[in-house]
Amino acid sequence: MARTLYDKLWDAHVVHTEPDGAALLYIDRHLVHEVTSPQAFEGLKLAGRAPWRTASILATPDHNIPTADRDKGIVDPVSRTQVETLDANCAEFGLTEFGMADPRQGIVHVIGPEQGFTLPGTTLVCGDSHTSTHGAFGALAFGIGTSEVEHVLATQCLWQKKSKTMLVKVEGQLGKGVTAKDIALDVIGRIGTAGGTGYAVEFGGSAIRALPMEGRMTLCNMAIEAGARAGMVAVDEKTLAYVKATPRAPKGENWDKAEAWWRTLVSDAGAAFDAILEIQAEDIRPQVTWGTSPEMVVSVGDKVPDPNNAPNAVKKSDWERALHYMGLAANTPIAEIPVDKVFIGSCTNSRIEDLREAAKVARWATGAGRKVAGNVKLAMVVPGSGLVKAQAEAEGLHKDFLAAGFEWRDPGCSMCLAMNADRLERASAVPRPRTATSKAARGRVGVPTWSARPWPPPRRFMDISLM
Amino acid sequence: MKPFTKHDGLVAPLDRANVDTDAIIPKQFLKSIKRSGFGPNAFDEWRYLDQGEPGKSNHDRPLNPDFVLNQARYQGASVLLARENFGCGSSREHAPWALEDYGFRVIIAPSFADIFFNNCFKNGILPIVLPAETVDRLFREAFVNEGYALTVDLAAQTIATPTGDRIAFDVDPERKNRLLNGLDDIGITLQFVDRIKAYETQRRQEAPWLFQ
Ligand code: SF4
Repeated sequence: MARTLYDKLWDAHVVHTEPDGAALLYIDRHLVHEVTSPQAFEGLKLAGRAPWRTASILATPDHNIPTADRDKGIVDPVSRTQVETLDANCAEFGLTEFGMADPRQGIVHVIGPEQGFTLPGTTLVCGDSHTSTHGAFGALAFGIGTSEVEHVLATQCLWQKKSKTMLVKVEGQLGKGVTAKDIALDVIGRIGTAGGTGYAVEFGGSAIRALPMEGRMTLCNMAIEAGARAGMVAVDEKTLAYVKATPRAPKGENWDKAEAWWRTLVSDAGAAFDAILEIQAEDIRPQVTWGTSPEMVVSVGDKVPDPNNAPNAVKKSDWERALHYMGLAANTPIAEIPVDKVFIGSCTNSRIEDLREAAKVARWATGAGRKVAGNVKLAMVVPGSGLVKAQAEAEGLHKDFLAAGFEWRDPGCSMCLAMNADRLERASAVPRPRTATSKAARGRVGVPTWSARPWPPPRRFMDISLM
Repeated sequence: MKPFTKHDGLVAPLDRANVDTDAIIPKQFLKSIKRSGFGPNAFDEWRYLDQGEPGKSNHDRPLNPDFVLNQARYQGASVLLARENFGCGSSREHAPWALEDYGFRVIIAPSFADIFFNNCFKNGILPIVLPAETVDRLFREAFVNEGYALTVDLAAQTIATPTGDRIAFDVDPERKNRLLNGLDDIGITLQFVDRIKAYETQRRQEAPWLFQ
């Protein structure tokens, strides 16, 4: 029978199925960071257990890590304790950890693929919702809670019910300056933040196949913002080439064996999906969110929507609350909104390819005699990992950013969740800080935030912040 | 998880209704990276006269002499007698963690908040629902008789009073099985340990690169 990619990944990992359909799935890969693991490790120790298979685990601190003056250590004692606890747990159980001083340290979802820890055909979990990122490699990857982290540590398995499948098919050629993130935001704008609930989403079609691995990761990363359990892309030549260049890629005979299997990790012709969404690539325009949820999204040339035009009363009040929170007036052209802070980073867009694109814009600005605008209080670039940072510096990208007036920081989650010191102070006076970042959620960084889609930032949007 | 079969313990009567999880463990303790060690801060606001903070030593804090758990006769209690809607409020699992760490293994009340009730089973605590009159009677006996203890037999689903009376109680069979055998979710999965190992052996052959 014709099977979807999800079916194949699922079938390959079932250890046992209960009569009610609950399946015990074997987990190949487990990424661990400092925030969601301490109670899991403690639970393990209290029960006198140990990790089932230490080689399946890669740990790194990312959420609480300072992105400046790292040699001074972590100032906030609560953050410091979390990071030290991870160090101690990894040392105690002999787990591979890229600690704060390791050049390979970075955001879990950046270092997994970079190291070749993320591989096609694997099940991969992490105590973090954006684990869906790794599905870009033809893997089944999803986020889990702390008690499940403990469960995977102890048993190498998880109980799961099979999801429904959705195919998001994007055919055609993306317009100039339209990126993977625009596809993600466009999809979310169409189906809503709960549109993917209960589904494992496969992204397919010629526009997806044309995306580099970085773009596919961005897309799968955002699948969770549509409520999906997991996002994934079928294996092709690009997947294989990317993996082959990583330090942990299988070698020699193993590579051949792996490659043969990985090449089968595509949905069979005629495989049935529970839902299909077809999008014409040419219809996708650069997107920017204006509100407090990733589904509050319009294209850069549009205006902030008017609640009076909302499709229903619930949406109307949602929009009104969002506008109030953001300090925006309905019908304001997006391009006329001043930006207060710019943050280039997070697991959505902080890989080398993203930085190359952003650096192009910075170069263009400097060439035109422009810099980060005076009204922008902070503009920072936070690479996704130490290796991304080193690569960017080898290519001289940091000079482009610095010349344009950006700060060039050390790797971590930074302002995305703002658990470290990179917090936005909410101004009591208007204008409120507005930030261009990858996430748009009420209060996530403590202030109104825009998901300025990104890279490269829409010319006109960037004009505003680089004037 | 420790198995729960039979428990013989001193009773502490907490004569208040609607005790919420914030009373059981105040929110400032949730910043902790631990799930043990909450015992000294269980009922923190009632138990101490000053404000408790995570990381602050509890040894020299001023105790509230009026709080029932501070009375000499209830030291070492492991059976908590409570009133209706015990454990309401937030879903924090820190509440059963705190009670367990304090030493409670049985909580008897006329009713419990739902999530708290579930969380107790996950953490080796047996919550028992009894009719309000029966709970009333236990409160009276506990107040009158110093050293009042109960024997809870989970297999037989009975509580024995010091005078030899037996009170029957209900418990969900699946949960009873988990408690009796000390099975947590992980413990249950580990019943499949042979299958997991068999799968792993096969996977090691098919995808050896994942095991290097
Ligand atoms: S960058 Fe943001 S979304 Fe990604 S792992 Fe860090 S906090 Fe989570």
